[in-house]
Formats: sequence, structure tokens, C-alpha cells
Amino acid sequence: GCPRQQTGKIHFILLFSRQGKLRLQKWYTTLPEKEKKKITREIVQIILARNQKTSSFVDWKDLKLVYKRYASLYFCCAIEDQDNELLTLEVVHRYVELLDRYFGNVCELDIIFNFEKAYFILDEFIMGGEVQETSKKSAVKAMEDSDMLQETVEEYMNKPAF
Amino acid sequence: MALKMVKGSIDRMFDKNLQDLVRGIRNHKEDEAKYISQCIDEIKQELKQDNIAVKANAVCKLTYLQMLGYDISWAAFNIIEVMSASKFTFKRIGYLAASQCFHEGTDVIMLTTNQIRKDLSSPNQYDTGVALTGLSCFVTPDLARDLANDIMTLMSHTKPYIRKKAVLIMYKVFLKYPESLRPAFPRLKEKLEDPDPGVQSAAVNVICELARRNPKNYLSLAPLFFKLMTSSTNNWVLIKIIKLFGALTPLEPRLGKKLIEPLTNLIHRYVTTNTALFIQHCASIQLCVQKLRILIEDSDQNLKYLGLLAMSKILKTHPKSVQSHKDLILQCLDDKDESIRLRALDLLYGMVSKKNLMEIVKKLMIHVDKAEGTTYRDELLTKIIDICSQSNYQYITNFEWYISILVELTRLEGTRHGHLIAAQMLDVAIRVKAIRKFAVSQMAMLLDNAHLIASNTQRNGICEVLYAAAWICGEFSEHLEEANQTLEAMLRPKVTTLPGHIQAVYVQNMVKLYASILQQKEQSGEKEAAQEITQLMIERLPQFVQSADLEVQERASCILQLIKYIQKLQIKEVPVAEEVIALFAGELNPVAPKAQKKVPVPEGLDLDAWINEPPSDSESEDEKPKTIFHDEEQRHSRHKQPEIDEEELARRREARKQEQANNPFYIKSSPSPQKRYQDTPGVEHIPVVQIDLSVPLKVPGMPMSDQYVKLEEERRHKQKLEKDKKKKKQKKEKRGKHHRHNSLHTESEEDIAPAHHVDIITEEMPENALPSDEDDKDSNDPYKALDIDLDKPLADSEKLPVQRHRNAEDLKSPDSEAPLAEKKSKKPKKKEKKHKEKERDKGKKKEKEKKVVEEEEEKKKSSKHKKKKHKKEKEEKSKDKKKSKKKHHHSEEETTESVQNGTLDDEPLPVSSSALATLTYDIQGNLQNDSQVTVSVIFENKSTSFLKSMELNVLDSLNTKMIRPEGSSVHDGIPVPFQLPPGMTSFVLSSLICACSVGGGGTSSCCLGNDEGSTHEKLDFKLHFSCASYLITTPCYSDAFAKLLESGDLHMSSIKVDGISISFQHLLAKICFHHHFSVVERVDSCASMYSRSIQGHHVCLLVKKGENSVSVDGKCSDSTLLSNLLDEMKETLSKC
Repeated sequence: GCPRQQTGKIHFILLFSRQGKLRLQKWYTTLPEKEKKKITREIVQIILARNQKTSSFVDWKDLKLVYKRYASLYFCCAIEDQDNELLTLEVVHRYVELLDRYFGNVCELDIIFNFEKAYFILDEFIMGGEVQETSKKSAVKAMEDSDMLQETVEEYMNKPAF
Repeated sequence: MALKMVKGSIDRMFDKNLQDLVRGIRNHKEDEAKYISQCIDEIKQELKQDNIAVKANAVCKLTYLQMLGYDISWAAFNIIEVMSASKFTFKRIGYLAASQCFHEGTDVIMLTTNQIRKDLSSPNQYDTGVALTGLSCFVTPDLARDLANDIMTLMSHTKPYIRKKAVLIMYKVFLKYPESLRPAFPRLKEKLEDPDPGVQSAAVNVICELARRNPKNYLSLAPLFFKLMTSSTNNWVLIKIIKLFGALTPLEPRLGKKLIEPLTNLIHRYVTTNTALFIQHCASIQLCVQKLRILIEDSDQNLKYLGLLAMSKILKTHPKSVQSHKDLILQCLDDKDESIRLRALDLLYGMVSKKNLMEIVKKLMIHVDKAEGTTYRDELLTKIIDICSQSNYQYITNFEWYISILVELTRLEGTRHGHLIAAQMLDVAIRVKAIRKFAVSQMAMLLDNAHLIASNTQRNGICEVLYAAAWICGEFSEHLEEANQTLEAMLRPKVTTLPGHIQAVYVQNMVKLYASILQQKEQSGEKEAAQEITQLMIERLPQFVQSADLEVQERASCILQLIKYIQKLQIKEVPVAEEVIALFAGELNPVAPKAQKKVPVPEGLDLDAWINEPPSDSESEDEKPKTIFHDEEQRHSRHKQPEIDEEELARRREARKQEQANNPFYIKSSPSPQKRYQDTPGVEHIPVVQIDLSVPLKVPGMPMSDQYVKLEEERRHKQKLEKDKKKKKQKKEKRGKHHRHNSLHTESEEDIAPAHHVDIITEEMPENALPSDEDDKDSNDPYKALDIDLDKPLADSEKLPVQRHRNAEDLKSPDSEAPLAEKKSKKPKKKEKKHKEKERDKGKKKEKEKKVVEEEEEKKKSSKHKKKKHKKEKEEKSKDKKKSKKKHHHSEEETTESVQNGTLDDEPLPVSSSALATLTYDIQGNLQNDSQVTVSVIFENKSTSFLKSMELNVLDSLNTKMIRPEGSSVHDGIPVPFQLPPGMTSFVLSSLICACSVGGGGTSSCCLGNDEGSTHEKLDFKLHFSCASYLITTPCYSDAFAKLLESGDLHMSSIKVDGISISFQHLLAKICFHHHFSVVERVDSCASMYSRSIQGHHVCLLVKKGENSVSVDGKCSDSTLLSNLLDEMKETLSKC
């Protein structure tokens, strides 16, 4: 029942609120939907049950959970046993910084209403569970450039229907 | 029309977008489910519309709903539609949805191959990027195989943005398709020195991941990484490299020394958190331990955690230096954070020694009592057992203490690990003979207090220990002092509430107990007591006979009958104890878990042969059944020891050996010194040390192990004193020469002698058991497949597969569904409108019979056309074609040679080349699909710039026609789904051609448009189809061959070639190789051969060799094919 099978560093990333609502999920292991749901539920429960002043690391099955709370949102990564916890915290932090740059003082609502953008940013930063871009600048630039390719909502509305 | 347009727009105004959906959900907190199902209905409607924007919007909303836990797998096909949209806006959404919900079981995933390939070669780097990102989430083995080559190409893309992603995704590809590792590795290695730091870091990432699993294959990269480590300033990369060295150093110790300097530099360069980061990976440095202590003492929980984690890494190499911090680590066991406590526990495991084991376990026992959550308590329990039992109980000096610990652990209610404790009890009692007496007394106590343990039965895991207790008391009943009382305890009605498997053990073992009591009573002449005990059994056993558990019921009723029989004998005053005890005679030896599997089959043993003649049905059984109870001879008893003399023992030993030798089920002991106990005269002769029970037995519930700790301390102290005395004497003798040395002497591990002599029996293994470590490896380990030697030169057969027949299926799929117009992207691409020659489609059938022998090859170069020359070109081309028909006959031999099957294949034939590119091709019959052949075309970019938007076209002829995606017209070319990097290697594309005829050879021409910016070029070439292209090597048996020849509906033709000098053997090989035949039969210088065409025509040959000539008689169901084939063969043979 555990995502042992494959992938590199990070097995999955979950963002959820203090109320336990899932805000974003990215899986770098392919698992059936059911399994994902089960894992998510379990992990949200474990982390929410933890005291504020505890460490950011939890053993979970044969993986390790590394999490950090930013305002009302928990950011949680599952990594393998040999992987570096601090580096993973750094990854989480970097992602928050990227979100911050893109949305400008990011808040939970930004991520809810623009959840696809939050995914795109994550995709520019991490790929297949590995950090792909260590430079903040490049990641944000790639994000902005690809947004340039995207039409605005107005353009979309003014287009003929076929 | 206009109305429809307006209507569409208006509709869309009312469509919900994602924001509306999110808002809606937030506003419907009470009836969320209902609201969402309403939304899903709307989305389904939207997905039915043709408008891609509407679809994309719908898919975007679905992706959001998927996150909320709704199933969207039904929309997989729509997702693919959106993925294939030409607009990046939509494509992006499609790929996001796919990456969120596709997995290996998604069946439509195979439809994406071509779309992804197209996106990978898109001129827009963000299209490529989004495809790579998506692929990284849902790549399957099939996708990995089909796209490996494309991704490998992208590793050399001009844009670092793409290179970086391509490099990273390669790791996923390796995992899914390990064959790609060797061909791709050289390029991956190149990327370590990529000018772009992002790409470099990606390459380091991938290689580190690979090396971590199979370090030995990457040792040769150490110098390169060393260079990187000293030159790189990127923290992320540095950490990865250090980690990699962590994996490499154990294999190459010299590396360690080299690393110390740069590592120390790094440590000095970074402070606090970063230090922790690095320290984590440099276990070779002693000074870390001190720094770690500072971290562990820090109030920051994260630092504390990491400090402990790093400690455990150092512990492996320098246990001594960590052990001195035991106090600190024990302190961490009190931390309120469970994660920290668990890390501390991990450390303790490695820190125990003979000296401190009792103390550490005592601390842990205190924590067990204090622990609140059952999970943590269970963790503690397993850790205690792990710590004590590690390396074959290496650190236990006093097994009485250990048994008491186990007994104390049984007080844990609601633990899941009852079976663990039980297993330990059994293991210790069986393997440590000296402890049996004590163990039995403790187990008897457990049985007596079973009601405490099993108060809450069924769901209470701890009652498992009763299983062990019952078995130990039964098996070693000779050590029981109050056997009667224990038997009584086992017969209590409460026992029937225990789980079935435990009751079964109870029933079995109460008989053992009963037997030993019976013997005892008989020997002391207490006949009445003996009968009483029998009566007790008869009274109590029926409660087990009624058990719902089959096993219990069966055993109980069997035993009940037995005991009733004994009772009868007892009434007749016949002594029965010896007989009953004989039921359980013999020693049970511990057998290693895998022993059975490792028994080698002895030489000469045929397991399938009958041992005795199979009995005939008529045989009747005349033998009288022997009654065991009246046979006075040959009995093994183990309780008569005192009277048995040495001679008798020797005789028995001999008999037993004999019996064992004849018993195929008996696993023989190996003569290794550890197993010497086997050769000792038997149980009786093992020196059982008298245990001084200085600790009074106590009712469980009172911790007793503590007293052992105290006792042990005293004992050690005494021992030490004695030793010191001895030493003092020595010292006097030596006149204090080594004064200083002695005074500094501290108690070391070896000085602690175990409390009593303990003989730990090793588990048995069969003789000649092979020391195989395979069984330790998990065959499902995906990384095992990546254990590949990377230094071996690459063989041709290892080249990455390129798009093959699969292409045909894929072409029919999703992107053909998407409007073709969409495929063309914004950039001004010059897609040539293709040739309008019309020479086909008429009278195919008639033509089929006609001989079309156009063996020719046309080479035509048309270099660098500027922009719009196409029309002229076409005319030119057809002229050229006619000309060349006459001219180029010479090339035939060349072509026939190039067309070979399977692995024998050598370099394909170059057909056309220009300043920009060279094309080569190869033709093979398609095994899966009749009347199809696959043409692989290899493009080689000879220019210095990228070749973009290549297109391949084949003019349909009477005999052949290119398979095109559904819906495209007969003149359309197939775009080549990749871009060719400048100056780069050759790449292959295969495309399917349907051969309508197998007559001789068909011609066809391909036309290719290359363009790079403003330059474009057309390369024309002809495909030559030799007969061999249509033949598939098929084996045939001689009888089938004979029948075929007899059938008579075959056309016949023959040839004769003179001047043959090569051997017949060689000649046959040539025919097999070049013409795809197989030899059916060979007699002297005569051979029959067979092959089959893709359309199912049989071709039979009879090849005879004369002195200097060869004659070939052929029979075939298609005369045209046969005559063409023989012509070709003549050509081949005349060269011999």
C-alpha cells in the first residue's frame, strides 16, 4: 500500500489548509486514484495532529514527510529515507518564494482561484520529483514567458465560437 | 451561420469558468455534493461542443474537481483532445489535467504517443516544455520506449530550458525502459559539463540518483565529479555531489582521503543550517560529533532532529565516538516530539554493548510504561526486541533477564506485536538450552495467569504469547516443577475463548504435559494419581471437541479417543507412560527459514522415478495392523537417562543416524564447528548449568528484570574485583612495570563474561547449501534493472528504438480527430502543397498480374531552392524519373543487399543526399500485418543549423500506397515528428507502406521538405522493393514442405548459375541471409528451402550444387513473384 516503487527525490507534494482541505497535490509516482485519496487523508490527519512546536519531519511508512506551515497553509513533501530533510524544507520554502513573486504576497485564496497557475509554477521548479531550476529568476521568467503565450480572458471572450 | 456564431458566444458568456466554479463551491457549503454534480453535468455538455476553448475550460474545471476528490477518469479522452490543441493556453491545461489524473492503467494513454512526439518537436520551447513536464508525471514503459529517442535528441536542444527538462525526464525513462540507459548515457555524461548551470545541475541530479542505486557502475565518473565539486558554487549541486561521493567512497576507499580537504572547506564556508546540511553527508569527519551535540542540544526541533539523524550516520562508522553521548540521546527519548524520539531510538539500536544493554533496556521499559499512544509504544516494543536480539543475541549476557523482560512486555495491552514477543520466547527457549528450565517456569506462570493476559481476547494481540507459553511448557515439560498445576491451567474453560490457532497448540501440548505427568506418577508408583490425571483429561477435553475451529476440534477428538484408550489400559493395570511419551520422542532442532529451499538435490537422485513399483489394483492388504501398545521393543524415551549406560547410548545414536540417513525429510546438519552440538550424544548430555535462582519467581505484574540489573551489576563488580586481584598479583610479579597501563584499565566488552554458560544454537542449514544472496534481493526492485555496465561499448542492437509499426496505429488516433488545420502553428512554415500527379487507383487487380519490374534507384539532388519553386520541381521530377529508369540499373545489387531481415542487418543504404541532409532507408516485411511493409528512413543532418518541419511523402503507385492518417488526402505528406539538431547524428523514422502486390518489385518515390528559416530543400529518392522485402523468414517442417509440393497448385521455374566457387554451406547461408529463406532439409549437396511472402504466398526452393554450378528449382503460388525472385537470386549467386 505504499508508493515504494519508483521516482527520484520527492514522491509527492501536498498543500492543505488548517481545516484539512486539499489545495494542491502533485504526485511524482503514478498511483491509482483511490490510493492517492487514502494517502492524502492519512497524511493530512497526521500532520494536523502534530503540535506547533514540533520538528518538521515525520516518519511515514518507509517515507519521510517534511512539512512546513505558512500562514494558513501546510506544505508537505514526501521524500525517501536517504534524502535530505533540510534541503527539502529549502525546496518548500523556495516554492513559497516563487508563488510570492508571481502572485505578489501570495495568500491561500490566490492558490485556490488560480490553482492551475500554482501548478505551472511548481512544474517550472520541480520535475519528476527533482528540482529542475535552482535559480528563482529563471523559474519566474519561464513562467512569465509562457503566460505571454496565453491569451487574455477578453481575447477568449471575443473570439468566435468555432 | 452568423446566428450560430452569436449563439455560441452568448452561450459561452454563461459558461462557468474556474473562478466561478470555485466561488460556487464556496457558496454552497451545505449542499456541496449536489452543486458539484450539477457542475459536472454542465461540464459534460461543454465537452460535447466542438469549440476547443470551451473544452479546455471544462477540463480545467475538472482538474480542480479532481483535486477535491472527484473521479474524472471518464474525461480522459477529452483531456487528450485538449492536449492536442494548437494553442498553448489550452495545451497547457490539457497536459496539466493529464499529469494529474493519468496513470499506467489509463488505457487511452497509448493514444498520446504521437501527440507528445509532435509537441516535443514543436518550434515553441514552451510547447516542448509542457509536454516534457506532463510526460514526467505519466510516462509508461510504452511511452518511454517510443519516445526515448526523441527525448534523447532534446538533450542537445539549443535552448537550455528544454535541455534541462529533457535531462531530468531521462531518469524516468531509464526507470521505465532500462534499455535506454546505455545508448543515452554518453550524452547524459556530456551534460555534466553543460555551459548552463541549470542543465548541469539536472545532469548531476540524474546521475546521482542512478549512482545511488548502483554505485559501482559510476566509479569512473569520480574524477569528473571531483572537479565539479571544487569548481561549482551552486549549493544544490554541491549537496548532490557530496551525496554521490557518499555512495562511491565505500567502493573506493582512496576517495575518502581526497575528499577530506574540499569537504572541510565547505564546512567552514557555510554556517549553522547549511553546516548541518553538509555534515549530514560527511560521516568521515570526527569533529562533526561535537558540532552535532550542539545541534541536538539546540531548542530548534528541526536541528535537534537533524543532529540525531546525522549522529546515526556517524554511528555506523565510528560507534565509539557516538556512544559517549548516550546521556544526551536517552534524554531525547523524553522529547515531546515523536519524530525526535524515534530518531533517538534508532541511535540506541546501534549504541548498545554488552555493558550497557541492560541499562538502556531498563530506560526503554520506563518509556514503555509512560508512552501514551499505542503506535509509539509498539515502536518501543519492537525496538527493545530488535536491540536485544540483534546479531544473534550478541549483547545479552543474561538470558534470564531477557526472558523476564519479555514476560514484562506481555503486560502491554492492545499491542499489535504479541506475535513478536511470542517468537522471541520460542526462539530463546529453543536455542538457548541452558535457559529452558527458567523459561519453562516463567511460561507456566504466564499460563497460570492467562486470564490477565487474555482478558479482552480476540482483538487483543498480546494473547499470542500464550501460544509460545503453551508450546514451551509442553515441549520442555521435563523441566516443569508443578506440571499438574500447569495442566490444570491449560484445561480451564476460559481457554476456549482464545483464538483457534492458540487453542490448537494448547490441545497438542497438554498431551505432552499429560504424558510427562503420567510417566512421573508411574515411576513413583502413584497409580491413583495417574488415573486421576487421565480422568481430568477425559472430563475437560470435550470442551475443545466442541470447538468451532476445525483444527482444535480434530486434535481434541483424536486425543480424547487416545486418552480413553489409555484409561482402559490403566484400569487393566498395564503401564502405559512409556508408550505415550514415545509419541513425542525426539528433539526438534531449529531450522533456518530458508533451509528447505536450499537443500541441493543429491547426485543420482531422480525425483520422478518410482521408489517402489506402483501398486497394482488387485493387491490386497493382508498385513495385520499392529497395535502399538503391545509392542514392547524399540522405543525412544528421553526420561530414563539416569539408567542408560554408555553402550546403549552409542547404539541408539547409531540407530538414529541410520534412521536419519534413510529419512528423505531429515535435513542433515553440516559439520561446521558451530553445530557441533549435533554430534554430542543427545539432549541428555548437554551440560545444563545449574541455575541459581537467586531471584524469587514472581507473579507477573511485578517487574523483575530490574533485580537482574542489580544482580548483574554486583556480579560484574565481583568479577572485576577478582580480576583486579589477579592483576595485582601479576603486577607484583612484574614489579609494576606496566603500572600506568593497568591503572587506566577500564572494563571492556570482552571482560564481561556471561552470567552462565550459554550455548546459542544456530539455525540449521542443509549440507552444501549455496550461500546465495539472491533471495535477499527484491526481484521487483525497479532499480535493479538499471544495474547496467556503462563502460562497455555500445552495440548496434542497443540503439534506441525509433518509431515503427506502432506509428500506424497512432496516426489513426487522437490528433487525426483534432481538426487538421490546427496542427499548423503560427510560425510561417512552408508546407509544400503536394504533387498532383495522378497515375493510380485504376484497375489494381489487372495491374497486379502485370509484371512491374522497375528496379531502379533515382538519386536526385536539388539544392537550396529559394521559397517558391515547387511547381517547377514537380515537373522536373517526373521527367527525371523517366530518365532514370533507363539509366540506373547498376544499383540493383546494392539494393538487394541492403534489404535484410532482423538482426543481421548492416548499414542501410544511402539513397539520397544533399548539402543539408542524407537519407537512407531500409525495408522490412511487417509480421503483424499482412501485405504491409515498414520503411525506415534515416535522416542525417549535415548542415550546421536545425532542420525543422520535415515532411515525408510517398507517391502512391499501382502497387504501393503509403498509410496516412485517416482523413488526410492521398497527396498529403506525413510530417516528420522531430527536429534534427545541427550537425547531429542520424535519426530514423519509419513509415508504413501498404504493398498491394508482391510482383517483383514496386517503385515508389519519397519527397521530403526540409526547411530552416528561409532555406528549404527537397530531396527526392526512390524506394526500391526487392522481392526479399516481401519475404518473411518462416521455418517449415519437412513433412509440411512435402505436402505443399504435392498439392500441385504451385507454379514452377528454375535457374542455373555457373562458376560457383564457394562452399555449399556458405551458399545456403547467403540465400537465407539475402533472400529471407530458411533451410528445410539438407542432404549432401542438395537442399530444400522455404519462405513465405507477407501476402501468404509459399515459396519453395530446391537448391542443387554441381561441380561449378548451382541450380535452383523454385515453386511458388505466385508465378510473378517466383520469376522475379529467381532473377534476384541469380544476381546474388553470380557474385559468388
